[in-house]
Amino acid sequence: MAKNNIWIAGVAMPVLIGMLLLFAASPSVKANDQPSAANAAVKIDNFVFGPQTITVPVGTTVTWTNADDIPHTSVSTEGVFKSKVLDTDEKFSYTFTKAGTYPYYCTIHPKMTGKVVVQ
Amino acid sequence: MAENRHDLIDGKLQDLNNDGVDRRGFLKCMAWAGTGLVWTMSGGIPVSRAFAKGYGKDAGKGADFTFVQISDSHIGFNKPANPDVTATLQTAINKINAMPHTPDFIIHTGDLSQLSKPSEFDTLDQVLKGASAKQLFFVPGEHDMLTDNGEQYLQRYGKDTKGTGWSSFDHKGVHFVGLVNVANLKAGGMGSLGNEQLEWLEKDLKGRAASTPIVLFAHIPLWTIYPDWGWGTDDSEQALSYVKRFGSVTVLNGHIHQIMQKVEGKVSFHTAMSTAFPQPAPGTAPSAGPMKVPADQLQRVLGITDVNYLVSGRSLAVVDSPLADSSASASGNAGEARMAVDAIRG
Repeated sequence: MAKNNIWIAGVAMPVLIGMLLLFAASPSVKANDQPSAANAAVKIDNFVFGPQTITVPVGTTVTWTNADDIPHTSVSTEGVFKSKVLDTDEKFSYTFTKAGTYPYYCTIHPKMTGKVVVQ
Repeated sequence: MAENRHDLIDGKLQDLNNDGVDRRGFLKCMAWAGTGLVWTMSGGIPVSRAFAKGYGKDAGKGADFTFVQISDSHIGFNKPANPDVTATLQTAINKINAMPHTPDFIIHTGDLSQLSKPSEFDTLDQVLKGASAKQLFFVPGEHDMLTDNGEQYLQRYGKDTKGTGWSSFDHKGVHFVGLVNVANLKAGGMGSLGNEQLEWLEKDLKGRAASTPIVLFAHIPLWTIYPDWGWGTDDSEQALSYVKRFGSVTVLNGHIHQIMQKVEGKVSFHTAMSTAFPQPAPGTAPSAGPMKVPADQLQRVLGITDVNYLVSGRSLAVVDSPLADSSASASGNAGEARMAVDAIRG
């Protein structure tokens, strides 16, 4: 463990910092640029979608993971996407290609609601 | 207002059957025994007494018939809260089979399965086949309609039902209605019956004598226990308005995996224990997920409900019994359940 820490501090960090400096200097990469295949995660835990509202750029793939002992679903209120039933640790992904606000809920426990805002 | 109602209920409940246990005493009893309760409907006036150890011998004695409610078997669930839900369902069936009088039928108030899988339904059927009572009635829980809008559930358990699985039948003068409040749930809402079912219910009850005892059963409680966890049914008020004119109405629900009761006028509400795993009392945990209790306590918080009916008094006695006898050592869950009952009443 201690060895690893030393390795990170001594080797990895200077390399990382160096890379960051390189990118910062490069005019073609701006801080606001989003990679085209972005990913975002929503964790279902204790009957709550977390974060309840997630804001992502167009093209982002959002992955829901059920961390509860009880099955849940993630289903668009407007019929845009619909997961299968997610048992413990199961995942569902959907790629958002259009900007907009996408409310969704768990069809098994409809008190559980969330929102994906795509910009 | 609430205070008055409380007093009224207490006044009427107090030791009407001279067993030395009034309502407060009974609640205390429940707290330390971690066990069930008995209440009898007599012309709409509930009478309670403690579920004493000796009750088993007299269970159903003098009753015109007895039926049993089981609930929330969740066959297929295998998490730490109960790694063997088939075994605890079997224990529940053994308990039913050991009753001195064979119940006329069994009502299962939903969540038969965990994931609506054919293999889960198969296992359930296999265990239920061993029950002394050969007639069974079902209503679905949300876990039974997960994959195919409940098609498979309906094929197996709802052949003679209407819509998503609702139906009614008469048995020895009592009218039973099984309702479905787990289908087509709306985002942000709780359980829902829907207009089609409500219209059917209104028609079903129309023309029946007000003296007919009514038993409504459904998976999610038909009274609002805890909206934050969805423990209620959005349009249950409408359904209950149709039964107001009847002298004796008993509402049996599951879903919340613990005993709760409420009396409102002539309507008595009751929720059953699960045969699979307990859930926390409302608001006592971050969520309604399965509650882990020490392995040796599990069978004290699982159980069955048997209901005895006496034609003479047109009364129903509801008896909850845990799978395992409780000792005097308090289980935290029972204490919490008691407090929850008090909180709702207050």
